[in-house]
Amino acid sequence: MIAIIDYGVGNLFSLQSSFAAIGKQAAVTSDPEVIASAERIILPGVGAFEDAAEKLRATGMADIVKRAAAEGKPVMGICLGMQLLLDKSYEYGEHEGLGLIHGSVKPIADVIDKDLKIPHIGWNRLIIKKQSPLFKYLKDGDCVYFVHSYYAADCDDVTSTAEYSAELTASIERGNVYGCQFHPEKSGDVGLNILRAFCEI
Amino acid sequence: MITKRIIPCLDVKNGRVVKGVNFEGLSDVASPVELAQYYSSCGADELVFYDITASAEGRALFTDILTETARKVFIPLTVGGGINTVADFDRVLKCGADKVSVNSGAIRNPSLVYEAAKLYGDQCVVLSADVKRVDGVFRVYAKGGRENTGMEAVSWIKRCVDNGAGEIVLNSIDTDGVKRGFDLEMLEAVSNAVSVPVIASGGAGRIEDFITLFKTLPKVDAGLAASIFHFGEVRIADLKAEMAKAGIPTRV
Repeated sequence: MIAIIDYGVGNLFSLQSSFAAIGKQAAVTSDPEVIASAERIILPGVGAFEDAAEKLRATGMADIVKRAAAEGKPVMGICLGMQLLLDKSYEYGEHEGLGLIHGSVKPIADVIDKDLKIPHIGWNRLIIKKQSPLFKYLKDGDCVYFVHSYYAADCDDVTSTAEYSAELTASIERGNVYGCQFHPEKSGDVGLNILRAFCEI
Repeated sequence: MITKRIIPCLDVKNGRVVKGVNFEGLSDVASPVELAQYYSSCGADELVFYDITASAEGRALFTDILTETARKVFIPLTVGGGINTVADFDRVLKCGADKVSVNSGAIRNPSLVYEAAKLYGDQCVVLSADVKRVDGVFRVYAKGGRENTGMEAVSWIKRCVDNGAGEIVLNSIDTDGVKRGFDLEMLEAVSNAVSVPVIASGGAGRIEDFITLFKTLPKVDAGLAASIFHFGEVRIADLKAEMAKAGIPTRV
């Protein structure tokens, strides 16, 4: 069973449905016992980093996710959930993340051409930087769906990027901890295959 | 590089797709869920569901349809029609919509865009504008294009972007249904004025119209159409193959 961590951030309907579509059972939950018994953990998230990080701590989910990661369970952060895996974020101030992967969250405005639109929204091609079990079913040229204004910077564990005048981090990975900046649950068959690969790790 | 999006739009009334559709391999062409799955499998980058229901029962059917679609279709889903309050945003977002499009609701209550953007984020709020030339000036129309609001279109759209609209659907009443190409002049005026994605709507009749759109106006992010897709006059897979061949960044 897959536990999708519910800490009061965002709509998890599509994410849960996408696991159902690949025949995997996923529970949206904040129950520590359910999470402890889960084989894999998904950390979702949309919105602002500070608010989400606070909720994650206030609900006790931060420690639970860290413990699951330490036990060696596959953990995957999606979008803001990926950013929360990092050490810190510079979105409206400086805020601490879970520190499961080294790196910091910075505005894409720092690195992209001035005339480009923010957020980086739409379908973009993945550029593979390191092999990852998540890419098991990926084909050359596959696109995934992004919506974000911040990205993972200063990170040595980048597995893929997407080109938006600069190369923006698309996915990260350290041991059993994975993160996707894009939304696999909104990326058609390519996204479902990434979730399928995560279930097979 | 971000790819140019192709977006079919489905008008839904009482839980059924309104415009006649003509497809092989679909058992129920009036089912929005089946049609959405079909388009997703053909390579549509996003879908727009437009609720043209008037009754409360129809509204409930629409949200059921939305939920069912979000359960089966894994591409971004935008919902419009009858969005007048933040509660309307909440209602459709809970059913699996990713973005919500406002039109007359924002004209009646201009703070709606601001309130919704604050609650759900700019990326969630799409401003849809029906625009028509009147004596050489672009004017905003309300109520499905029936009523001239008197507002100048570019300044209205800029104002909504300042209030938090994260994307613009620009529907040219002048070219809508004419099938001789998108309204490039109007699209250029708007896409030069705003820094958020602009989706072209109204006027596409054939594959070349999309190629011309993206080649002439690289700032335009997406092309939206309804009947030409529903009637099979333009097949999305063919369209995207031609776009890629023409050197337009395309998800194929």
